[in-house]
Amino acid sequence: MNFTLKVWRQKDSGDPGHFETYPVTGILEDMSFLEMFDVLNERLIVEGKDPVAFDHDCREGICGMCSMYINGRAHGPMKATTTCQLFMRHFRDGETIVVEPWRAAPFPVVRDLVVDRSAFDRIIEAGGFISVNTGNAVDANTIPVEKDRAEAAFAAAACIGCGACAAACINSSALLFVASKVAHLSMLPQGFAERRSRVVQMVAQMDREGFGSCSNTRACEAECPKEISYSNIAKLNLEYLRASLSPQGPVVQKK
Amino acid sequence: MELDAKIPPGPLDQKWVTYKSNCRLVNPSNKRKLEVIVVGTGLAGASAAASLAELGYQVKAFCFQDSPRRAHSIAAQGGINAAKNYQNDGDSVYRLFYDTVKGGDYRSREANVYRLAETSSAIIDQCVAQGVPFAREYGGLLSNRSFGGVQVQRTFYAAGQTGQQLLLGAYSALERQVALGQVTMHSRHEMMDLVVIDGKARGIIARNLITGALERHFGHAVLLCSGGYGNVFYLSTNAMGSNVTAAWKAYRRGSWFANPCYTQIHPTCIPVSGDHQSKLTLMSESLRNDGRIWVPRKPGDTRSPNLIPDEERDYYLERRYPAFGNLVPRDVASRAAKERCDEGFGVGPTGQSVFLDFMDATARYGRAEAHQRQMDAPTEEQVLDLGRELIREKYGNLFDMYARITGENPYLTPMRIYPAVHYTMGGLWVDYELMTTVPGLFALGECNFSDHGANRLGASALMQGLADGYFVIPYTLGNYLAGEIGTKTVPVSDPAFTAGEKAVEDHLNRLMAIRGKYSVDHFHKALGKIMWDQCGMARNQKGLEQAISGIRALREEFWKEVRIPGNSRELNPELEKAGRVADFLELGELTCVDALHRRESCGGHFREEYQTIEGEALRDDAHFCYVGAWEWKESAEPILHRETLEFEVMHPTQRNYK
Ligand SMILES: Cc1cc2nc3c(=O)[nH]c(=O)nc-3n(C[C@H](O)[C@H](O)[C@H](O)COP(=O)(O)OP(=O)(O)OC[C@H]3O[C@@H](n4cnc5c(N)ncnc54)[C@H](O)[C@@H]3O)c2cc1C
Ligand code: SF4
Ligand code: FES
Repeated sequence: MNFTLKVWRQKDSGDPGHFETYPVTGILEDMSFLEMFDVLNERLIVEGKDPVAFDHDCREGICGMCSMYINGRAHGPMKATTTCQLFMRHFRDGETIVVEPWRAAPFPVVRDLVVDRSAFDRIIEAGGFISVNTGNAVDANTIPVEKDRAEAAFAAAACIGCGACAAACINSSALLFVASKVAHLSMLPQGFAERRSRVVQMVAQMDREGFGSCSNTRACEAECPKEISYSNIAKLNLEYLRASLSPQGPVVQKK
Repeated sequence: MELDAKIPPGPLDQKWVTYKSNCRLVNPSNKRKLEVIVVGTGLAGASAAASLAELGYQVKAFCFQDSPRRAHSIAAQGGINAAKNYQNDGDSVYRLFYDTVKGGDYRSREANVYRLAETSSAIIDQCVAQGVPFAREYGGLLSNRSFGGVQVQRTFYAAGQTGQQLLLGAYSALERQVALGQVTMHSRHEMMDLVVIDGKARGIIARNLITGALERHFGHAVLLCSGGYGNVFYLSTNAMGSNVTAAWKAYRRGSWFANPCYTQIHPTCIPVSGDHQSKLTLMSESLRNDGRIWVPRKPGDTRSPNLIPDEERDYYLERRYPAFGNLVPRDVASRAAKERCDEGFGVGPTGQSVFLDFMDATARYGRAEAHQRQMDAPTEEQVLDLGRELIREKYGNLFDMYARITGENPYLTPMRIYPAVHYTMGGLWVDYELMTTVPGLFALGECNFSDHGANRLGASALMQGLADGYFVIPYTLGNYLAGEIGTKTVPVSDPAFTAGEKAVEDHLNRLMAIRGKYSVDHFHKALGKIMWDQCGMARNQKGLEQAISGIRALREEFWKEVRIPGNSRELNPELEKAGRVADFLELGELTCVDALHRRESCGGHFREEYQTIEGEALRDDAHFCYVGAWEWKESAEPILHRETLEFEVMHPTQRNYK
């Protein structure tokens, strides 16, 4: 198969950036999207040109590192699929494919298709945990958890932190990411104690990072490679309301 | 130097208890003054960094990905073992210990393995408390499944994403400590060298991967938690960035490297489809709970698998190993697949794969479900549809991944699988305290050699990484640091740091200056081919000797002909890869040297010259019942040191899974 790639090139965060066009030939159906980039880069290197920088690691859809905006869609055209798990058999021979980095102000471009997603780590720091020191735990079967509740918590916890939700959103909202963590931890009895502080602190940090607010377009859910449900956002809103309405008001943990 | 593993005295089940009661402690006000460097944030590193920070140490953690949450542990699928005996099926600490030592083909240290089994239970407690959503039964209690090499159900799991959930638990504990100011996190940083002052590990030189700047970091102790080196084979189930660099630099600074030849080839991976392939994908071992492995009885049978009747199929694992069947350990299952394919019975376009078939399990589940739903005389199709629903519930994400990668539907046609490089049992030699031969340098998780002998059983790497990080290092590091409370922070202007940084800078400049003809991947692929062909599932003297000279020649060519674009003061993924491949080119040779010297077969190390009549691994306990630890020598052959393995409780016998 042959393709024409229009790829965003940007030397560093200071460079305005531009598109560069590259024909690629001899691509096989069984190649992944990133393997096609390997082919392109191999050629660029041999020609003495700069290869395209992109993030990736596991190449099996779980680490959340890969992050290409393909033909106007985060992680490309396939449902529930990360960039690394996208295969060329899903494209038409001869097609022109436009590839950009995540576009969201809180994810500044580092180089070419690589962006800085450290904002997500800072949101987790703000409350995406259960405060339990090593050695504090009771026997794992002390507290039963309903099977469906555990499964729902797992489904929310399956978020890979890739940032596609924020990249897909017209407001650059990261609410699906935040909601997945809030929902995961607040559904489990182990997470109850910190319910009120968690949601308030995480949302505040999200705002500080400059992510926009949610206007219910549900683009996040449509593009999320792990099919994190939009209903988690309703859960987050409920948690937020509960925290605000509680007699003690929203709590904030002191360091 | 004599290799002293510092195994505590006393009976096996009292060693760790005694150690914990007697090790030295550091008081809280002194902990605040002690700095600890943790390289790696996988299960081992994240759990260690969080636990040590909770105790009050000042921790600096490093990873090369853009976030600590993306360490390769995230990809672990199947599960984590623990001797909880929740299923009442006869499990115990002793049995987990026994299975692990036997599974490792009697090449691991009894005391370490016993401690691992002892701490396993607390790991599950800790993870559940952190909010890890393990699979549960209707009663709300935790669910278990079986893994290879054992006859009890002791594996805890979260669908096919156990590593992800465990790592996110450890990561959240880590981030909590970052917020509290106890951990400083350095993402997108790569450790480039170890700094040793007066014989003790005192810091590292790291490269900021965004700016390319070299940084100096001091620590009263350094913990390497940098994962395994399976990518020396180029194609493996490891993440693309997994590498040996941190461990290798430590090796070159005096930390001995143990048993590099013990590499695990996992039996159930998606077969190679062509030269373009950049990595191989594992299909979790948990699938062997329900999948049956077979090849046609007729060589070169190209009929569609569903059209081959049962009596024309060879379920070769069930045939050869009736007691364990499809659940034999990985090394045994992999070799059996290779044997069938080498004999011409392999299937698929390349003949290099076997079937993993879920039809029987689908029908079995379907019948049970139909019965539960009180369906009268359901049709075969109805039964299979119901069965598929259950299969989807158990393994959905794996089936989806298989379908996406191969374009085939595994619910309707058997999967095709073939062995692939997966895990490395070898690694930095550590004593009972997880300290390497460089005082103050510790190694945890897959990057040490400690607990799995010559073959690791499924679901035990996650257990080991978390045991090391949550429950072992907090004690053993304290025992070391108690002697360091008088040591002042060494300023990074110290000549040792200056020299360390200069050495790294020279190394990078040398790489950049080559400007040769071929990409880094070109050399990496060539190395991988040598390793897979000569030092893979079966090895022999002639092949290993060829491999050693082949790798030497390749290394020379690499240093003349590799082409790295750009410069070293910017984000430069090709330079990162080049540094890692340069180290793999040295490790590859050592792996072959180790494999050549070990004139026996054990676990993942199969020497064709040493096998039983039935083709099973033939150990030589009289001559090789030891850990082989290699000491690096500048421009000379490495020196072998031996740690003899004493078995006080177990009696090494030929493993029998029949
Ligand atoms: C596909 C797959 C499935 C698996 N499934 C299972 C399973 O079901 N059960 C099981 O028990 N085991 C499983 N394993 C094995 C298990 O996942 C690993 O052995 C284990 O996770 C390793 O953890 P670790 O903490 O030692 O290292 P890793 O998780 O590999 O982490 C290494 C860390 O070191 C960092 N690092 C490396 N080098 C440097 C450097 N030079 N500078 C700075 N940082 C560095 C990395 O950034 C990373 O943070 C599986 C492995 C694979 C490949
Ligand atoms: S919610 Fe989905 S899209 Fe957003 S970070 Fe998580 S996995 Fe990625
Ligand atoms: S590279 Fe890990 S999710 Fe794509």
